[in-house]
Amino acid sequence: MDRLQELAPEFWAAALETLYMTSFALVLGGVLGLLIGIILYVTRPGGLLQNRAVSMLANLAVNVFRPIPFVIFMAVAQPFARVVVGVGIGTTAGAFIIALAASFAIGRIVEQHLVSVSPGVIEAARAMGAGPLRILFTVAIPESLGPLILGYTFIVVALIDMTAMAGLIGGGGLGAFAQIYGFRQFEPVVMWAAIALIVVFVHLVQLLGTRLARKIMRR
Amino acid sequence: MPIVSLTNVSKAYPSRTPGDAEIVAVDDVTLSIEKGDVFGIIGYSGAGKSTLVRLINALEPATGGTIHVDGVDVTSLRESELRKVRGGIGMIFQQFNLFSSRTVRANIAYPLKLAGWSKADIETRVTELLSFVGLSDKAKAYPEQLSGGQKQRVGIARALATGPAILLADEATSALDPQTTHEVLDLLKRVNQEQGVTIVVITHEMDVIQTIATKVAVMERGRVIEQGDVFDVFSAPQNPASQRFVGTVVKGIPSPAELSVLRERHRGRLVTFSFRDGDSSQAQVFLDLASAGLDFELVYGGINDIRGRAFGHLTLAIRGESAAIDRTLATIGERVEVTEIAREEAL
Repeated sequence: MDRLQELAPEFWAAALETLYMTSFALVLGGVLGLLIGIILYVTRPGGLLQNRAVSMLANLAVNVFRPIPFVIFMAVAQPFARVVVGVGIGTTAGAFIIALAASFAIGRIVEQHLVSVSPGVIEAARAMGAGPLRILFTVAIPESLGPLILGYTFIVVALIDMTAMAGLIGGGGLGAFAQIYGFRQFEPVVMWAAIALIVVFVHLVQLLGTRLARKIMRR
Repeated sequence: MPIVSLTNVSKAYPSRTPGDAEIVAVDDVTLSIEKGDVFGIIGYSGAGKSTLVRLINALEPATGGTIHVDGVDVTSLRESELRKVRGGIGMIFQQFNLFSSRTVRANIAYPLKLAGWSKADIETRVTELLSFVGLSDKAKAYPEQLSGGQKQRVGIARALATGPAILLADEATSALDPQTTHEVLDLLKRVNQEQGVTIVVITHEMDVIQTIATKVAVMERGRVIEQGDVFDVFSAPQNPASQRFVGTVVKGIPSPAELSVLRERHRGRLVTFSFRDGDSSQAQVFLDLASAGLDFELVYGGINDIRGRAFGHLTLAIRGESAAIDRTLATIGERVEVTEIAREEAL
């Protein structure tokens, strides 16, 4: 307990790093993932803008990058991070790489929820004379918004999980804190304090996501 | 000039397994729909009627033939031009296909927004439509809070929002109970009569055709096998498939199985009289039989009414002197169609 008090500044700094990496990754990965998901959805056979070549390419990209274990992905993506954010290590590089890795998974989640929109509803919009992009933004996305929010909530939890590993490239965060000051120094209290805070984060995010989805789906 | 005309229209889909023959959903269909018609298209599921109706608003492109809608050949238009055509054709569906993320009001407003109406105009129009379909109190409700019949009424309001000249109804009542079906059909009748909208009704239920259609086309395996005035098709269906459909709502000539039951129960000669458009001739038949001193009873059949015109088939068991029966039947045969379906059994 004394040790935890001594480490309080590092603890809160780590908490902030986790929050920073998670929100950075959520915004960037969320947007990239939405884009990937939309491309997968509209270009699939029978889709709003079906296009075999683009569909195959997008699927290939997702299927190549998604299965790479995140621990390895971090190392692989470091040179790319250096080009885009200027550095290959540290919190921002970590957040960037998390966003990248997450965008492929988010893309699939977005695609799945868009695909589950009733084809009849899409057809009704077509019958009224709506064009493909119009249908995408005023029908497909609004109709699947509730499940999409739940999907994003699920992803935030996965993002927090990934931030724990970002310590490997100097990303910091509660995961690294628990590892360095708790686990390696035989300080269970320190370790569990970090874990408890992560659990609180996850819980809050889930609560918020569920509430929001409930409100949109009215159930 | 017909408002919709199809000339040798076909629609084929490539087969799912390469090498197999393509699947022909609509096969060389020619029909014309006049302005103000309620045109029924009936067929079993898989007959191609849903595909046919989607060719009219070009949701599906035809693979052969030409389709004119309001004078425009839709088979020659580009997708962007087709969107304009579609905006002028309303469509309602079996599963209603309302936007679950939007309120009733916003559902009805959607096509108006697409058409670029001003906010104030949309407001007025939606209010007007809500009152037309009798759902003024449901404007703020979401689709899941409505019953099936109410959902379809919203669907109708949405389809009529931009004031289309044509309304396509794809199995619009098939998910509804009989009571609600008739409410929705009454509403469609009003749409046709009060607003002059031409309606194309796709259904597998003859009852729907009988209730609202003026013309009917019977489809089987992608082809239109019979078409014409509803009264004509109902009172004298030519094709076996049409006869089966008509038989679902009209008791016609007894089937062989029914005949053997009738035979067991009733003595005498069984004769079917087919009436068309004449209540008076019916009374005359009974009069003729009675004045010839014959003994008769009604054993099968019924009289139907389509828009005030009566028709039907009545099967009587007639007993008496054979020669007298023959004479009387010959007299009656001059006015109505007489079919002797079973002579006195040899005892």
